[in-house]
Amino acid sequence: MSSTNQGAAVRAAGLAGRVNLQQYVVYFGFLAIFLFFAIMLKDSGFLTVRNLSNIVLQTAPATIMAIGLVFVMSAGEIDLSIGSTVAVAALAAAVTMQSYGMVPGIAAGLGCGLLIGLVNGVLVAYVRLPSFLVTLATLGLFAGVSRSLTDLRSIPVTNETFTGFFGSGALFGIPSLIWWTAIAVAIGHILYRETRFGAHVLAVGDNARAASVSGISVPKMRLAVLMISGALAGLAGLLYAGRLQAAKYTLGETDLMTVIAAVIVGGTLLNGGKGSIIGALVGSLMMGMLNNGLILMGLSVSDQMIVRGLIILAAVAVSLREKSR
Amino acid sequence: MNATAEAMTGRPVLALKDIRKTFGGVVAIENFSLEVHPGEIVALVGDNGAGKSTLIKIISGVHPPTSGSIAIEGEPVAMSSATMARAHGIEVVYQDLALADQQTVYMNMFLGREPTKAFGLLDRRRMIDETEKLVKELDVRIPSAHATIRDLSGGQRQGVAIARATHWASKLILLDEPTAALGVAETAKVEEIVAALKTRNIGVLIISHSLDQVFKLSDRICVLRRGKQIGVRETKKTDKNEIIAMITGLQQS
Ligand SMILES: Nc1ncnc2c1ncn2[C@@H]1O[C@H](COP(=O)(O)OP(=O)(O)OP(=O)(O)O)[C@@H](O)[C@H]1O
Ligand SMILES: [Mg+2]
Repeated sequence: MSSTNQGAAVRAAGLAGRVNLQQYVVYFGFLAIFLFFAIMLKDSGFLTVRNLSNIVLQTAPATIMAIGLVFVMSAGEIDLSIGSTVAVAALAAAVTMQSYGMVPGIAAGLGCGLLIGLVNGVLVAYVRLPSFLVTLATLGLFAGVSRSLTDLRSIPVTNETFTGFFGSGALFGIPSLIWWTAIAVAIGHILYRETRFGAHVLAVGDNARAASVSGISVPKMRLAVLMISGALAGLAGLLYAGRLQAAKYTLGETDLMTVIAAVIVGGTLLNGGKGSIIGALVGSLMMGMLNNGLILMGLSVSDQMIVRGLIILAAVAVSLREKSR
Repeated sequence: MNATAEAMTGRPVLALKDIRKTFGGVVAIENFSLEVHPGEIVALVGDNGAGKSTLIKIISGVHPPTSGSIAIEGEPVAMSSATMARAHGIEVVYQDLALADQQTVYMNMFLGREPTKAFGLLDRRRMIDETEKLVKELDVRIPSAHATIRDLSGGQRQGVAIARATHWASKLILLDEPTAALGVAETAKVEEIVAALKTRNIGVLIISHSLDQVFKLSDRICVLRRGKQIGVRETKKTDKNEIIAMITGLQQS
């Protein structure tokens, strides 16, 4: 029947004014986990300023990756390759810095991120391959590259300007990692919420055909979000290299799951069309707090993985429930 | 150029000549020629799969025709993208409405044409104000410009899609079954809005399966059957029986 398309729309009638649980779940979750650890771990130093600021510093790379992933997921795509882009970028920066100094090192790191994003983007947007498969492949590919090129060794980063700028330094008494997080979140939020670019990303993820007949170039948007994600994963690699004063193939390896969880818990829909940068920040802090608290509670690494997995499952369940309504 | 003078001389806003469209080996449209004049409502009728939506997509630049020519106000154009059609003052209400479900009414109203203020920031105030004004003018009853599309009823969604088209169109509006999912009151509302486009001197091409509606609204009726143009009739000079016979290909006894 010709009326099927429109008929399906009628179901939406009468749902106006319902409470949108998914949008706020991250803030309740954050608060609940915070209170839980604050009470359970009050003698183990969870609530100290030092520990809390450590959580923020440690989550900086994940938060920055999460910002990129919000753009990607809002456009209805996924980027798994960030898991290995981090290490490739950090290694490229470290190696380049040894021979050519800081600025070429930074350029190499960010350039690697952008390049991986470009490869993903071209394959997804123009060759029309599913982003899940493309980025799964590049995830594995670049994990292999960083292993084979470095022989599994770690490369020291001794440039003090660099380690100060991207790691241990501070400006006006505020650690540089917090500056990076704040700047990335602020720019990301404005770009996402307040510009035509952000609106078009959401439109593409929401209804690519509608976006297309509205004059939005769907392939360009897909390419753009994957390049943003790659560049931000590159920046995350620089932050790791700066903080740890070394680069190794293991950097960012365990971040992928955390970042995806942070983004989904933060209110970004897996299927696109809706998301939040601030939500992703809070989600990322929540995952960091969870890691920190579970360690302080003395859970083994495997138990931590189980608990984290369960939290992600719960988050995905809420997200999908919301989407299907 | 003088628009009124052109209307007087009867220059069509849209002229299709010998349009043909194939998908792979399948012929979807053959030998189709039609003119739509400013302020004229032309109805396009035919059974399911006759090629009506395909024709709309050809005019709106979604599918380029395999052969044939399209002229807007006498100027031949290669309608190669939706952006191009919109630049020529053509707006479309697609059968599936082409709304972004999880975005607000005002964002949909301005989809792809969002106004900005300083530093390239979205001018939400302006989008909201213009949406509210338009919605009031057309009497489309939606909760607010901030409402999310998927929270709206079928009629309200249709209202948003039509409001968007009438807001942006300067020459021609194409409507693909605009009342298919609507109740009696909403259908009457949409018919009223379409009829009002005449006074703005906008050409209208409307697809409908309701012959009552077609006879109520249109000046001329164009019949398609399996991609072939069966004929065009002046609404006043024909009747339902003739049109039904043309649609089905069966002679009335
Ligand atoms: N993109 C496409 N690829 C291949 N075939 C297509 C495509 N779009 C339409 N067709 C075919 O073209 C023919 C006409 O389809 P169209 O959607 O234009 O019909 P319609 O008259 O709008 O029908 P309805 O009243 O059901 O909406 C059908 O046979 C359809 O299968
Ligand atoms: Mg159709």
